[in-house]
Amino acid sequence: MLQSKFKSLTPRNDVLSFVVLAVLLLVLLPLLFDIFRLNLIGKYLTFAFVAIGLVLSWGLGGILSLGQGIFFGIGGYAMAMFLKLEASTPENTAIQSTPGIPDFMDWNQLTALPWFWEPFHSFGFTLVAIIVLPAIFAYIIGAAMFKRRVGGVYFAIITQAIAAILTILIIGQQGYTGGVNGITDLRTLLGWDIRTDSAKYILYFVNAILLLAVLVAAQYIRKSKLGRLLVAMRDSEDRVRFSGYDVDNYKIFIFCIAGIFSSIGGAMFTLQVGFMSPSLIGIVPSIEMVIFAAVGGNLSIFGAVYGALIVNWAKTILSESYPEVWLFAMGALFIAVVLAFPKGLAGLYETYLQPKVDKLLDKKLKKDKAE
Amino acid sequence: MDNKISPATMKRRKVLKSLLAIPAAMALAGGTFGSLAHASEVNTTGLAVTDDTVKVGILHSVTGTMAISETGSVQAEKLAIEQINAMGGVLGRKIEYIQEDGASDWPTFAEKSKKLLVNDKVAAVFGCWTSASRKAALPVFEQYNGMLFYPTFYEGLEQSPNVIYTGQEATQQILKGIDWAKETKGAKKFFLLGSDYIWPRTSNKIARKHIEKLGLKVVGEEYYPLGHTQFNSVINKIKLKKPDVIFTTVVGGSNVAFYKQLKAAGIDLTKEKPLVLTLSVTEDEILGIGGENVEGLYASMKYFQSLPNDNNKKFEAAFKKMWGEKSVIGDVTQAAYLGPWLWKAAVEKAGSFDVDAIKKTLPGIELTTAPEGYVKVHPNHHLWSKSRIGHAKADGTFDVVYESKELIEPNPFPKGYQ
Repeated sequence: MLQSKFKSLTPRNDVLSFVVLAVLLLVLLPLLFDIFRLNLIGKYLTFAFVAIGLVLSWGLGGILSLGQGIFFGIGGYAMAMFLKLEASTPENTAIQSTPGIPDFMDWNQLTALPWFWEPFHSFGFTLVAIIVLPAIFAYIIGAAMFKRRVGGVYFAIITQAIAAILTILIIGQQGYTGGVNGITDLRTLLGWDIRTDSAKYILYFVNAILLLAVLVAAQYIRKSKLGRLLVAMRDSEDRVRFSGYDVDNYKIFIFCIAGIFSSIGGAMFTLQVGFMSPSLIGIVPSIEMVIFAAVGGNLSIFGAVYGALIVNWAKTILSESYPEVWLFAMGALFIAVVLAFPKGLAGLYETYLQPKVDKLLDKKLKKDKAE
Repeated sequence: MDNKISPATMKRRKVLKSLLAIPAAMALAGGTFGSLAHASEVNTTGLAVTDDTVKVGILHSVTGTMAISETGSVQAEKLAIEQINAMGGVLGRKIEYIQEDGASDWPTFAEKSKKLLVNDKVAAVFGCWTSASRKAALPVFEQYNGMLFYPTFYEGLEQSPNVIYTGQEATQQILKGIDWAKETKGAKKFFLLGSDYIWPRTSNKIARKHIEKLGLKVVGEEYYPLGHTQFNSVINKIKLKKPDVIFTTVVGGSNVAFYKQLKAAGIDLTKEKPLVLTLSVTEDEILGIGGENVEGLYASMKYFQSLPNDNNKKFEAAFKKMWGEKSVIGDVTQAAYLGPWLWKAAVEKAGSFDVDAIKKTLPGIELTTAPEGYVKVHPNHHLWSKSRIGHAKADGTFDVVYESKELIEPNPFPKGYQ
């Protein structure tokens, strides 16, 4: 009984996908690339966190959020605030009129650390904030809208508006946030220099392992009753409601989960790239994140990871080779993927590769049994 | 085998070294013709230098919202590199450039800087435009010890050993402009207006301190988000407060809306009531705004395309030959053009491409061939340059109506203005 339940949670194909991805991330990529490229891959993977969240909320639940940058930003800024405070020791900032506060505050005539920065002196608080803040924020947005049965396009528009508002707020309040420059020049994490090559290796692996953990969690949700309910809600919300389920709470819950995943991605982005800026929060990056999920296939959590990897990789390579026309190439790529393979890379895999893999596995199974 | 080096060998080596130095010195003295210095000598840190080439990076946005502003810089840098190569290159080596696109996206600037420094091992990078892109790239340059030549006029408050700032910092652009408005135009009341980010805010902070020091008055200070296009309410306020000078640091596309609405509201710039003094409209911006909308505008910068000196005539002709008759040259474009030349001079003075070596030789480097006239690198890595005021004509060019007598000392951390 228990075994069968376990089996239903881990279908053979998903286990295979997971193992392949784990080998790719933990063994192949680190062996194939030098630390510069690996660090870039680490950066791409932080967007995979967002894409996995989008697969859960959009692919399964039908809730299309065009504002996932909000949560990416919350996680990223929380981490950046902690690192910036650590970098702004009175010795490092002796040249300022008020030493001991972040440099951009000094430029904006602030003479004391604002109250909401104070708790970010604590690493423990920062870690909790990276998980709890996006959850609270997502809960408020979700509760305000789903309880009023706002959904579909309206939800997408409102999330987009919130992303725009947050960007404007951050840019406008530059004394408190670093404005359009963002929070830059981050150096150490609890005294450990995050800019060295060895630190970048370690951060890459932390990032990859966190991503695999998030995948496991996503897989659990997908295969649980909640996952099946989400699909049912997506296809016929009223029917589920009339069956006695509290549809709104399920929606809020999955939106919160997607937010938390994004926030973790944001925090890892800050650690690996060394800064955070509003250009990662607004409407354009938020839509880009949806594109990662769409290219990967909006029903597949593994596809989401490949989508984020491939789109960003293409972005880097194309812009290095053709600095003046690469954006057109990117546009063409998206149009081609959506027109030719509406289910994304995952759909491609399911149609062409999976039957062959299945055959191979079945053969082996039969052989094993015969023996 | 004895691994110890005997004093005699040491001496011999020294002699050998000095012998080697002679052709190198001769090559330096006689221009850059056929330097004999071997690549390993002029480059001890593994930069991309061979016996006949040296790689540098160009890193600007050629896509996205900033492309319109940054294209001029790319063109100027390519022109300078081509001219240097035509003269025989740097230390006898032709410059090869690797161009990367910052895509108007600050994280991308950091990524591409790192690619240029770590992967391509470029000897120098000419690039960045907005302060945000420089702030994003700066830690990368400091960590990997690269050298960045940054062309834009900017807010100051920064002095990195790994950056040469070829544009003006805020005090060089502002102080003389305000003095001029007071002395020649008898201005008493100023209205400060800017886009909402670090450069306009810092510039206006310095302007306000200076205005108040001169015993004059600031009657208003307003900021609008980047890309803002509705200036009617502030124009009404300006009409109410009746300043003598509107001092503006509005940037980019907002300018188009601002000057058109100013004109529509009946404020004729040529009547100078009030007079409009800008820090942020160059010939490049006027292309977008339309010359007829800014006729009578005053701009305070170090360079205008119409500067009558010979250096500038040559520069303008070469620029137009390479990029077309219709191309215009703004302040930043000229500053970007200085980058490769300053770098060449520093490398040849050091006799080495090593970043640590040129860090030592850069302060004090002079260019007598600069289109803006004479410039010199200050130990704080900014340039000594003149302040100038231009008066815009309907055809989109400026008449230079004022030029400071001396070079203005760069002062990125101005005491009393912070």
